[in-house]
Amino acid sequence: MSDELLLTAAEAGRLIARRELSSRELTRACLERVRAVEGAVHAFVRISDDAALKRAEEIDRRIAAGENLGPLAGVPLALKDIVCTRGEVTTCCSRILEHYVPAYDATVVQRLRQAGVVFLGKTNMDEFAMGSSTENSAFGPTHNPWDLERVPGGSSGGSAAALAAMEAPLAVGSDTGGSIRQPAAFCGITGLKPTYGRVSRYGLIAFASSLDQIGPMTRDVRDCALLLQVLAGHDPMDSTSVPAEAPDYAAALDGDVKGLRIGIPGEFFEYRGRRVSREIEDTVRAAVRVLEGLGAVAEEISTPHLQYVIPVYYIIAPAEASSNLARYDGVEYGHRTPAPVEDIVELYRQTREEGFGAEVKRRIMLGTYALSAGYYDAYYGKASQVRTLIRRDFEKAFERCDLLLAPVTPSLPFRLGEKTDDPVEMYLSDVCTIAANLAGLPAMSVPCGHARGLPIGLQIVGKPLDEATMLRAAYAFQEATDFHRLTPRPSPAGEAGGAVVQWAGRGPA
Amino acid sequence: MRLSHEEVEHIALLSRLKLSDEERERMTTQLNDIMAFFEQLGELDTTDVEPTSHVIPMSNVLRADEVKPSLPADDVLANAPERAGDTFRVPRVVE
Repeated sequence: MSDELLLTAAEAGRLIARRELSSRELTRACLERVRAVEGAVHAFVRISDDAALKRAEEIDRRIAAGENLGPLAGVPLALKDIVCTRGEVTTCCSRILEHYVPAYDATVVQRLRQAGVVFLGKTNMDEFAMGSSTENSAFGPTHNPWDLERVPGGSSGGSAAALAAMEAPLAVGSDTGGSIRQPAAFCGITGLKPTYGRVSRYGLIAFASSLDQIGPMTRDVRDCALLLQVLAGHDPMDSTSVPAEAPDYAAALDGDVKGLRIGIPGEFFEYRGRRVSREIEDTVRAAVRVLEGLGAVAEEISTPHLQYVIPVYYIIAPAEASSNLARYDGVEYGHRTPAPVEDIVELYRQTREEGFGAEVKRRIMLGTYALSAGYYDAYYGKASQVRTLIRRDFEKAFERCDLLLAPVTPSLPFRLGEKTDDPVEMYLSDVCTIAANLAGLPAMSVPCGHARGLPIGLQIVGKPLDEATMLRAAYAFQEATDFHRLTPRPSPAGEAGGAVVQWAGRGPA
Repeated sequence: MRLSHEEVEHIALLSRLKLSDEERERMTTQLNDIMAFFEQLGELDTTDVEPTSHVIPMSNVLRADEVKPSLPADDVLANAPERAGDTFRVPRVVE
């Protein structure tokens, strides 16, 4: 593996801007790494070799001509296959969109193009982002680079695995109930779900529109701040986009957390008698002590309605999904059944039966039921009211606290196949992450330790639109520790992952 | 309450899905397992609690009503499973 792959995106961007490293060189190294490990990891569903190299050369030329494209120009990025790219197949890892070619770019893609980022390809995910393991992809699962027998998390499992396997220095994911943070925790990388409305959703294939957000996935906090800077900002094409300027996120990275008030919500550690695993709890509590050692002040707090996040989320998200996915009917785009059909309803039903996977069907069914006549008030109405109570718990918490710290996942990465036959168990793996989506809050996962050779994430939850304070604490924590520098042993296909880890980059302090 | 096979079949029709017998069997069990969690919400009194359908305090986002170019018809129809001229072609809907 070549040395430039160990650079952070910020370091690589700086070298490219100074013309001490070419984007072409770095892009080629990434593509070689992709070739070496993809057989084992399967982080990507499509790789754009030629386009990426052409693009890298273009960036090199523009920089040579004196153009200032910003700190991430020339740096390769892995894009979750839920984000529309003009003229390039975008499938959401579903058979129903297998050959879909968007006629437009998502707003985040336009912004990334302007920032000079090089697109390496599209990453694997659970079909329509519905899942917590990337096993629901229509194109086969992704493997966790730390242990190839385990899942990378989901739904943005491909993006997380691409970073952990050193295939790409930057990635973009989306998060409806934890789909950025949970894979970030499972793969030992940094992932951030912005405040609802902070990043435009125009061109993000919709799952649950009141919950979905696009966000950065990176190998450290500085890269996360730089990538969020590119993604964030108002967009008239998304009416839920917040009309507020994004602050300078890199400016928050000064390491100063003295006097920062941190709340530890007990309900994140235990959901109705199910406690997070011992190793997760110990590691997260040790991380809290690190921040306390830096001058932050922590206190135990309570957010009692968190005991209802699973039913609230698994009513609201499927309800919105059942409506959003009604558009896949075999008429305007996407799969249409080749079977002879009698009428239009038969065309819809046969097309959808063939095009959707089991989890997507389950959620459409759940949502349709929760919204159906006679049940709307009892399910969707009630869940929307309890959502208000969950929001109020956080509002109260943030009267006393600047940030909340919690686990990201109740357990270490589980084995492939372990939960695929048990949707309830799979849903419970989201228990620590979905509250932030229901309340629209920014939240991130930062590597905070390991157990049995597998990474553990620390969740930081912030006030609405206050990603900067979250990044400040995450950066201070990262600078005081070295967990973000641990990578799975860089090795060719077949050997990646396992208990053997190796210090990458600058090594332990 | 528990969903019967017949109710699951009805929801499948509303969802415009067509389940095989095996799928319907599995779906009935799984939906009932999941819905057992939903009953937990009954523990809470939510009288007079405003529902949250949207987390950010914005409503009625307006913009000027200006004519702007749409996507060219050919771009839009490029993904159509079947087209007839500038239209999407579907099986007969009305007799």
